[in-house]
Amino acid sequence: MDILDILRAALQQALGPQAIVFALAAIGLNIHFGYTGLLNFGQAGFVAVGAYGLAVSVVTFGAPFWLGIVMSLVAPLVLAVILGVPTLRLRADYLAIVTIAAAEVLRFVFGSVEMKDTFGGSNGLNGFARPFQQANPYSSGIDLGIISFGRNDLWSLTVGWILVALCCVLVWALMRSPWGRVLRSIREDEDAVRSLGKNVFAYKMQALALGGVIGGLGGMFLALKQASVVPSDYSTLMTFYAFAALLLGGAARVMGPVIGSILFWFLIAGLGSFFSQSAGEGGWIPSVIMTDTQASVIRYIVLGLAIMLLMIFRPQGIFGDRREIAIDGR
Amino acid sequence: MRKRLYRVLVALIGALMVLLVGSAGAAQATATPPPDATAIQVTLQDEANKDAQGNPKPISGVTLEVSKDGEKAGEGVTDAKGVAIIVVQELGKYTVTLDEKTLPEGTVLDESTKNEATVHVRFQGPNNRAIFPIGVTAGEKSNFGKDLVKNLRAGIVFALVLCLAGLGFSLIFGTTGLSNFAHGELLTFGAVMAWTFDQIFKTGALASVSVLLAGIIAVALGGLGGYVQDKVMWGPLRRRGTGLIAMMIVSIGLAIFLRYLFQYFYGSSTRSLSQYSGQQREQHWYYLGLSLADREAIIVLISIVTIIGVCLWLAKSRMGKAMRAVSDNPALAASSGLRVDSVITNAWVIGGALTALSGVLYAMQLQVNSFMGMRILLVILAAVTLGGLGTIWGALVGSMVIGLVYELGPLFGVPTSIKEIGPLLIMIVILLVRPQGILGRKERLG
Repeated sequence: MDILDILRAALQQALGPQAIVFALAAIGLNIHFGYTGLLNFGQAGFVAVGAYGLAVSVVTFGAPFWLGIVMSLVAPLVLAVILGVPTLRLRADYLAIVTIAAAEVLRFVFGSVEMKDTFGGSNGLNGFARPFQQANPYSSGIDLGIISFGRNDLWSLTVGWILVALCCVLVWALMRSPWGRVLRSIREDEDAVRSLGKNVFAYKMQALALGGVIGGLGGMFLALKQASVVPSDYSTLMTFYAFAALLLGGAARVMGPVIGSILFWFLIAGLGSFFSQSAGEGGWIPSVIMTDTQASVIRYIVLGLAIMLLMIFRPQGIFGDRREIAIDGR
Repeated sequence: MRKRLYRVLVALIGALMVLLVGSAGAAQATATPPPDATAIQVTLQDEANKDAQGNPKPISGVTLEVSKDGEKAGEGVTDAKGVAIIVVQELGKYTVTLDEKTLPEGTVLDESTKNEATVHVRFQGPNNRAIFPIGVTAGEKSNFGKDLVKNLRAGIVFALVLCLAGLGFSLIFGTTGLSNFAHGELLTFGAVMAWTFDQIFKTGALASVSVLLAGIIAVALGGLGGYVQDKVMWGPLRRRGTGLIAMMIVSIGLAIFLRYLFQYFYGSSTRSLSQYSGQQREQHWYYLGLSLADREAIIVLISIVTIIGVCLWLAKSRMGKAMRAVSDNPALAASSGLRVDSVITNAWVIGGALTALSGVLYAMQLQVNSFMGMRILLVILAAVTLGGLGTIWGALVGSMVIGLVYELGPLFGVPTSIKEIGPLLIMIVILLVRPQGILGRKERLG
């Protein structure tokens, strides 16, 4: 058992690109769920259209790179409008069911054999990230003692964490504006807001679109970092991981999703490394109880348990305020 | 595109060399597979173009892609003999897809031919060959009528199985208001329990009724599971006054927890029950002219009897009436002296048992897998939303419609590889035009 190894794996993930993607997705979810009280279970769909917006316009339609970036911001916006119009007037669980269904429909379509020419099927698309890689100003990687990042990773991380910081500033500024106060009051009591003459539907739609676009940024970042898009990345599990990160950090807090995402990946990678060292040959857990393959599964069992316990005993997460969580609505 | 119709009969020979020793090597096309590797062997022949001896000519240079659960597992190109050997990593169910663009000039698949086939890579010793065609069966062109009958049969079986799970969901949603995202895992629970007890019974003296016994035990355990869940978790949460959204997120945690717990103990491979799985379809007068496997007839019978039983129970019995009362208005029911909590516990028990039964039947018809519930959950949600969330009769109607749409969709242009999207799109559309569902009432909306 090598504690340093576990720590290294955990830190590498906690500061790495995965944490950035889920931080962005969770910031979007925070606007939906934390501030407005919208139960969006299809954040993976927004992330996916962000990624595919870039990839499809550049690879399939041969558009220039900057247009791809624009498309990757426009696509989540369009998705938000399409989803919002029918469902935002309905009860929270309807929105949840429709968004999760829409995200799955998108993933099926992106991965389908029949539309391989446009979306690349289950292999996805690649070959669109060259301008991003060429813009890399670093000449070498960085070694921080315990962990190290290569040249390309360092460039992705710089861009990614700047994106996260910008989004945080945006959310902070918006949520202390009058607009943000209306969102919070919609979460608390929709009818009261309506009786004050506010157009609740329009506010919800704006929140859904803004959160979706931030989620789409996460998709764009993932696509640029991996230099490819693959449909299996955008399963419903992505949404639930983002939810777990948000709940861990604390909903309705500006830094909640970011800290949550860092902690989430720290724990997932740390547990993964811990159990893979413990099981199998040379580990202290006999293989009758746990084999190598089982060791790779156990962190997800812990994750499921953690989501349940967190929601039951501390729904506000680490930094949140219990009075600010939209969990009592119908 | 008007085609010169050369019919390609594509006989695929899945020759499964087994024994997984070490790593099976990278998935690539090699004419000679590494010994001991698991591989799918595909042979392509042009049935419309025979040589002097009457043997169909091989087709070379065609790209075939093998995928599992939607993810690519390997690729190969047919050689001069029309043979491609594609190495795969593990046993299980694979889909072989033919890339039509790589077919030689002048050869096209005829219009009713699908470019996909499913291969079961089983552990059955070397050189065990299974021949199956892609699309056209040997010398016989499939037509719309035949496909319709075939898909209708699959659709009815699926719809009835779905109906049981949908009823379970609806009972729980109706009495508690909870959209239970762990419902798919309750279905998986029934299936894996049936498989586990089948493993225990199949070697003993009870081998002849192994699946039957295992099924009964699984259903009982499903009911018990519902009871335990309600007593240990949902009941205390209700009494604490936890909101519905919080409970919904708890159910997601539970779903992830259970799903990976199943994977921990059962792995990610696909398994079959020991009996009934290989039954041939036969035509009998009592199947009303359809050709059914006995297994399918039994599934249909069990489902229909159970559904009628549950409906009668809900309509006539004391507890059934109480359940509908709670479903309509919990506060009113409580103030009229009903013990709402015990009614809800009953709903969890019945719901759990119905869903486990659905899992057992699903396992009989298809196979057992740790992730089966996750895949079917959204279809269940689509079915109950279509019928009207929380209405019992709505769940019946919705499941029948969605089950048929699921299987019949491919006949009307829904791509086969993504037939799940038919039900999901219907659900989104129904929420757009009639959010309360077919049989729901308006006041249920927020």
